[in-house]
Amino acid sequence: MTRPLRLLASFLALLFPFAAAAQQQGLEIDIIGGNASALPIAVVPMPYQGSGAAPQTDVARVIREDLARSGQFRGLPEQSMVERPTRGSEIQYPTWRLLKQDFLVVGRVVDAGSGSVNIEYELFDVAKQQRLLGFVVPARAGAMRDSAHQIADAIYEKILGVRGAFWTRIAYVTATGSGANSRYALMVADSDGFNPQTVVRSNLPLMSPSWSPDGRKLAYVSFDHNSSSSIYIQDLVTSARERVSSFRGINSAPSFSPDGSRLALSLSRSGNPEIYVMDLGSKALTQVTNQFGIDTEPTWSADGGTLYFTSDRGGRPQIYQASASGGGATRVTFQGSYNASPTVSYDGKKIAVAQGAGNVYRIAMLDRSLGSPRWSTLSPGSLDESPSFAPNASMVLYAAREGSRGVLYAVSADARVRQRLVLADGDVREPAWGPYRQQR
Amino acid sequence: MNKTSRILITALLCTAAVACSKKVKEVPPADTGPSTAPVTDTGPTTPGAYGPEDLDSDACLRQRVVYFDLDQDALRPEFQAAMACHAKYLRDRPSSRMSLEGNADERGSREYNLGLGERRGNAVSSALQANGGSGAQITVTSYGEERPTCTESNEDCWAKNRRVEIVYTAK
Repeated sequence: MTRPLRLLASFLALLFPFAAAAQQQGLEIDIIGGNASALPIAVVPMPYQGSGAAPQTDVARVIREDLARSGQFRGLPEQSMVERPTRGSEIQYPTWRLLKQDFLVVGRVVDAGSGSVNIEYELFDVAKQQRLLGFVVPARAGAMRDSAHQIADAIYEKILGVRGAFWTRIAYVTATGSGANSRYALMVADSDGFNPQTVVRSNLPLMSPSWSPDGRKLAYVSFDHNSSSSIYIQDLVTSARERVSSFRGINSAPSFSPDGSRLALSLSRSGNPEIYVMDLGSKALTQVTNQFGIDTEPTWSADGGTLYFTSDRGGRPQIYQASASGGGATRVTFQGSYNASPTVSYDGKKIAVAQGAGNVYRIAMLDRSLGSPRWSTLSPGSLDESPSFAPNASMVLYAAREGSRGVLYAVSADARVRQRLVLADGDVREPAWGPYRQQR
Repeated sequence: MNKTSRILITALLCTAAVACSKKVKEVPPADTGPSTAPVTDTGPTTPGAYGPEDLDSDACLRQRVVYFDLDQDALRPEFQAAMACHAKYLRDRPSSRMSLEGNADERGSREYNLGLGERRGNAVSSALQANGGSGAQITVTSYGEERPTCTESNEDCWAKNRRVEIVYTAK
């Protein structure tokens, strides 16, 4: 980070005093870094208008934090908002021009009776004095964060032309205790780390959560069966789970195909880990790799035709790609002595990996959208791992070590803004960013 | 055995072993328990068959953890004696069964480390079989980096975690 950026970072850190309220949820959120080219946007507090008790969720703040976390926007701090309009007719544009804001979001939360509210919001272009969006979003009082994330998605898409990915969920694994007292849990939470829910607990390791493309199921690795690795698929609504792979040796690294009909996985039943594809209907296996060495961590291209995976066939772990139906593999990564854990953007143009050199492992991204492949480093840690792209590829979630505990970070794809999601106790690892959610 | 002679023996082993010429610089784990004893032990040639009680009393059989160098699955020479006596135990007690639990340190990919842990388990399994143990008595399980014995991020800890644990599931 350059010196001006670092100054900006500390300035931004002062501007975003989120930590206190978030800690009530067992979660600590810091925004680190800043983006000078981020679009200035003011999301004005949206007061509650109704007879009952005001809902706990601060809708405007959720929206503001979402937009800031993306790295694409710079949210005006509340204390700088000298005026607090709640509808378009109350806006005095010169005020917001003076505050150097490009965009303005105003609104209010209106009591709709029987535990429901209507969030009425409008988005304005300050320079053009033009309304870009105006909606009434019905919400249950207990699910207002969901609605706020959806509003942030709509604003993000309207301004940037790219679908927002704030109303999404993440999965991760937590570990507490050590030795015989170790306890593991597979968790699901909102993309900002709020509303954590336990999917499954175990006294033995849990690993490698992978989302089904409809967001209804998670595949993961558990050691509950015979104390060795097996792959399970669990329904998040019914909690019903099915053991789909428990061959001799390693059963690991599950990854749903984009259409949800197949599961790529790594099995060592032949003696060393190889990539296979399982048809989830028939459970029939197709072997994709056949090579002495460790082949693992398969992940799909968006069209379901190609698998990217980690292999040490060349001596050290590197990323390779092969047709999902088998055949030869080609090496993808040539920079760095250690590249593993690939995650591929929805358009296939970017691949983020855990890249190692000596004792330092960082998240690096290979961008193939330009003429020649270009690498950038997304994380500054020393033991960073398990990158996972947001469904719109705007951010990458990853795990880092701080002292002897693991924490999660979300970093914008331009590496300029990072947010830390820390659970109050235990070790957090292996984040997996879920797909877009569908309105019911 | 005092410190000086331990260093001497390590030095001798290193001179003899090609493994020490590896590019990777490694610090051997500080805590190998009674592991230095088997170097002078004549375990395999001891007359008489092992019994279950020897698992607790025999200095060589009590050595149940095999340590590895970074990203390596090659057995270090100091563990040959342990391989020989555990293989003899398997021969002497055909009804005995063992699980070899492979582990890795925290660096790098968790999934890759699962593979690395299995490779180490397989290396111990091969060494036991080369010493006359039966593969039918041995199961290899990998826990990758998921079950560390030491949770700090430093070389001492990593060296302790790169290991295969020999667990007798039937004595």
